[in-house]
Amino acid sequence: MEPFIRVENLCKTFFAKNGRVEAVKDISFEIGKGDIFGIIGLSGAGKSTLVRCLNLLERPSSGKIYVDGRSLTDLSERELRRARQNIGMIFQHFNLLMQRNVLDNVCFPLEIAGVKKRAARKHAMELLETVELSEKAKAYPAQLSGGQKQRVAIARVLAANPDILLCDEATSALDPRTTKSILELLKEINLRYGITIVVITHEMAVVREICTHVAVLENGRLEETGAVKDVFCSPKTEAAKRLVMNDGPDIVTAAVDENTKEVEDFAG
Amino acid sequence: MPDSATLIMLLEGTCATLYMTLVSTLFGYVLGLPMGIVLAVTDREGIKPNKFVYKLLDFFSNIIRSIPFLILLILVIPLTKAIVGKSYGSSATVVPLVIAAAPFIARMVEASLKEVDKGVVEAAQSMGAGMFTIIYKVLLAEARTSLLVGVTIAVGTILGYSAMAGAVGGGGLGDIAVRYGYHRYQSDIMIITIVILVVLVQILQGIGMLLSKRLDRRVNK
Ligand SMILES: Nc1ncnc2c1ncn2[C@@H]1O[C@H](COP(=O)(O)OP(=O)(O)OP(=O)(O)O)[C@@H](O)[C@H]1O
Ligand SMILES: [Mg+2]
Repeated sequence: MEPFIRVENLCKTFFAKNGRVEAVKDISFEIGKGDIFGIIGLSGAGKSTLVRCLNLLERPSSGKIYVDGRSLTDLSERELRRARQNIGMIFQHFNLLMQRNVLDNVCFPLEIAGVKKRAARKHAMELLETVELSEKAKAYPAQLSGGQKQRVAIARVLAANPDILLCDEATSALDPRTTKSILELLKEINLRYGITIVVITHEMAVVREICTHVAVLENGRLEETGAVKDVFCSPKTEAAKRLVMNDGPDIVTAAVDENTKEVEDFAG
Repeated sequence: MPDSATLIMLLEGTCATLYMTLVSTLFGYVLGLPMGIVLAVTDREGIKPNKFVYKLLDFFSNIIRSIPFLILLILVIPLTKAIVGKSYGSSATVVPLVIAAAPFIARMVEASLKEVDKGVVEAAQSMGAGMFTIIYKVLLAEARTSLLVGVTIAVGTILGYSAMAGAVGGGGLGDIAVRYGYHRYQSDIMIITIVILVVLVQILQGIGMLLSKRLDRRVNK
């Protein structure tokens, strides 16, 4: 069966003033439909660049990206805009429209898709209910906490009814408890809507908590990829070992305890 | 104390100054706003980088901004005559005022739009928003308070320039100040015109700042 997302020989080189940076070097991998796919690696490993290539926010220098069998790099600008409506993205710093209230933020992708205002508002209110923020509909982002802002961003991304959700360090600006609640929300979204999720994180705990599969990046290269259980229990490459072993005190403690048990059970 | 004829003259002068300022600001934005948008969009970090277009507008706006206003006033007289039909009076002054103000306004608009968080623009792109949607619903909407502060500054600056235009028969308060204060040594009338100018600037600035604060949703309230 054709995998849902297929990345083939992806390369991305930046030409900056102080020389060229090969941020992504010949990476190939596949993501199945409904997976929660983690991408881990040290700072500067190329995680963000890789994920930004998945919706062409960054144009690859070479290589192919297939989503549901369609090659993204071969789409016209118009087709790409439509394809992007199907690939949501949430960010470390939320990136909400600061001059719009919560409800209108959630309506934004619906405006882009040309949905009528009334229908859009109704749908947006339902989504705010999903993320448990109905009572903040009229508030402005400046009046919300980080966790609440990320919930708005999630409701906003769901509005377009995407098949894929890309998360670039979506919980890195949040405290452990808020992180846990956001991760639970992502998991619920994955289950309820069957959305394929790609999460970049530097917290191994996040991977253990929600991911089904994981890819390890180092210096722009894909070192290892596979099911979380395999990679975490028996990492094959040095890069993966370093990351998994050096996994210091867990941040999402409670959540991790359960999961490590599972992993241990599996290993034993 | 000025007599009633003088008072009427001052009142008319004030109206003429306001007319020149507001009309020039309006047309200044008709030209300067699109120009500022194009500058912000075609910049290297913009949403549609285009070196040629950017450099062209950049060059053009820098040239006009470096010509002293009094010289510009004289340079554009043929154009003024062609548009307004005469080269003196309030309406005629609007032409050089607009030409001087447009590049300056474009620069302010450009700066305001560039203040918009790159991440928010990127979020819109990731949702599949097109260029015009991003300009209208992200850049202009998110930068609105900064844009309004820009309008306030533009009004103040244009008001000052309009007074300068008075020196060459442009009408308005500047004209009165020059005629009475300089040619006839009636410094009392000159002082009154200055006071009126200061009050006008204060009122316009006050309104602008109040509006931009009112419209800003980034602060808790
Ligand atoms: N626009 C750019 N221009 C030039 N170099 C860039 C650009 N974006 C990223 N890079 C470089 O590419 C490399 C990979 O960056 P990237 O942001 O993908 O790393 P990352 O794994 O996401 O790191 P972090 O965990 O810190 O977010 C880095 O060396 C970075 O300096
Ligand atoms: Mg990153």
